[in-house]
Amino acid sequence: MYRHRAGDNELPDSAGHFGPYGGRFVAETLMSALDELTQVYQDALDDPTFVADFKTDLARYVGRPSPLYEAKRFAAKAGNARVFLKREDLNHTGAHKINNTIGQALLASRMGKRRIIAETGAGQHGVATATVAARLGAECTVYMGSTDIERQKPNVYRMKMLGAHVQAVDSGSKTLKDAMNEAMRDWVTNIDTTHYIIGSVAGPHPYPVMVRDFQAVIGEECREQCLEQIGQLPDILIACVGGGSNAMGLFYPFLHDSTVSMIGVEAGGEGMHTSRHAAPLNGGTPGVLHGANTYLMADEDGLILDTHSISAGLDYPGVGPEHAYLKDAGRVKYVTVTDEEALNAFRLLSECEGIVPALESAHALAQAVKTSESSDVEDVIVVNLSGRGDKDLETVARIDGVSL
Amino acid sequence: MSRLGATFDRLQRLDEKGLITFITAGDPNLSATVPALKKLADAGADVLELGVPFTDPEADGPAIQRSSERALLNRVTLRKTCEQVALFRQHDEVTPVVLMGYMNPILALGIDPFAQLAADSGVDGLIVVNLPPEEAAELNAALSPRGIDLILLVAPTTPIERIEALASSGSGFLYYVSIKGITGADHLDVTDVAQRVASIKKTTDLPVSVGFGIKTPEAAAAVAKVADAVVVGSALVDILGGENAFEESLKELHALTSALKRAIRAC
Ligand SMILES: Cc1ncc(COP(=O)(O)O)c(C=O)c1O
Repeated sequence: MYRHRAGDNELPDSAGHFGPYGGRFVAETLMSALDELTQVYQDALDDPTFVADFKTDLARYVGRPSPLYEAKRFAAKAGNARVFLKREDLNHTGAHKINNTIGQALLASRMGKRRIIAETGAGQHGVATATVAARLGAECTVYMGSTDIERQKPNVYRMKMLGAHVQAVDSGSKTLKDAMNEAMRDWVTNIDTTHYIIGSVAGPHPYPVMVRDFQAVIGEECREQCLEQIGQLPDILIACVGGGSNAMGLFYPFLHDSTVSMIGVEAGGEGMHTSRHAAPLNGGTPGVLHGANTYLMADEDGLILDTHSISAGLDYPGVGPEHAYLKDAGRVKYVTVTDEEALNAFRLLSECEGIVPALESAHALAQAVKTSESSDVEDVIVVNLSGRGDKDLETVARIDGVSL
Repeated sequence: MSRLGATFDRLQRLDEKGLITFITAGDPNLSATVPALKKLADAGADVLELGVPFTDPEADGPAIQRSSERALLNRVTLRKTCEQVALFRQHDEVTPVVLMGYMNPILALGIDPFAQLAADSGVDGLIVVNLPPEEAAELNAALSPRGIDLILLVAPTTPIERIEALASSGSGFLYYVSIKGITGADHLDVTDVAQRVASIKKTTDLPVSVGFGIKTPEAAAAVAKVADAVVVGSALVDILGGENAFEESLKELHALTSALKRAIRAC
């Protein structure tokens, strides 16, 4: 497990800053809970029992390590490079989100918090949270925008089956950002009893670093698997970026490998020439939302803009602060992929590899096609297949004019 | 002396507790704001808090969320909020005005340009709900030379050592958030508030105001027994957002405000 310690020259600093980004921009009521969480998290990292419990859960409950699979037919259709998929879609509950909720559930137990809340967009984080809450026997409320409830019905029902209460959020744009507002309001109200499991590398310190560390298992495994299966490090890593947790998890263990280049893919929606996208790193400006300083989609008055993406998990106006830092530092290149390009990649992978990807992950696949077109034949691309597409069948069917 | 300083001095001389009222700028429309502020001051409000509309008011309950939404329908921004303060200052040079809002609109305008605009408009203090003092150095450096107080919040969860630190870095007054929760919540516990405020007052010479969840004259009077001032927001905002014609709302605003002030005086 990756260990972050203040003072070891790694980011963030002890106040959670990644350069000018990150930090803690929250109501005073939350400050002591964030201090407690930071302390409990640091102590847990130093506790061999915690680290062992986390690893055991990942192995026996989540099913890790997830395979690294060479998608040869997809690669042949895509272009020149070899393409490997890091199969987070094969995890229990169908996405990378569970890596983080397992870790935070262990922390919630250590803090004696018997109630768990979460925000969700695609419903994958909501499902992953409801899952760990069921296992803890903890009460669980998941906040979800009513627009997202409509487009991710299967996951809503799954959460209910798992015993969670799904609270529809009707304010603002009725999507992920509003669900997060509502979860923050719940948290200040129930701070003594409740742990808030944020689902990405977003929010106030310590969430960005903590979620990154829990998700870094993706990159750690991938690094070993590349060396073992291919005998080399990959040349290019590609991951989609909503809040940015699957991307940070893949990228982080490779950040010091200077030969490895990295591409984060934001949701280009209907195109960057329109206002209907969800790409703050490409089309936004720095600002403060949901506890952190980071790139945001906001207007000239600082009001947060409505976003659009075909994929609910990417439909968010902010992004984790470490991505903001990596963008400015030039270490990771951030690009966009449109709804249409993502849909094409969704179909391509399904048809030629027998793997139906999540629409979020399909953004990364679409970028792999673009990158591969201009690559050399020896290049090795790893795409983070962050989730499976079962939850998206209804959305895609609707586009095809089919009602399920 | 600053307007806030003068106001709390006057209250102390009179041995009286203060009433701080909150409404949102531009709610229900832009032309309502100056008349509403005047009405509140006439009815006995000692300090006027003016909310800056924001799309994502994560610390606010439904009443203030809706007031923000109404104001944003009229595209009332931070800049327009300051304009309203400047207009109000043409009528009232005495009553302090404190802006309350979130950080992003300030960053969008720019910290220094904002501080200058606020000073030019006659703003006396600023409460930024999602800006703890750890992140406030730059803003404070822009505000304090211009005589604008950055007012810090203390919560029921704030440990005592931190209260001491807040007390020494805050200015204007300290704002004690009386409940674990969002604005307009219903679970105010006056005995608990009294204990907390008493321990805060031991750490500071700053006046201590108490707000969040105080809606009625009775609750205001109970809290005023222990605090230097009481903040009432959601109950007033609900009046402005009601179905009534604006003239009618102004009358109700006046009636509630004077009832609050009377109750506080009698406490
Ligand atoms: C499968 C999948 N991938 C990616 C994301 C985006 O989140 P993040 O950028 O934090 O990985 C989501 C979010 O719901 C998701 O479900």
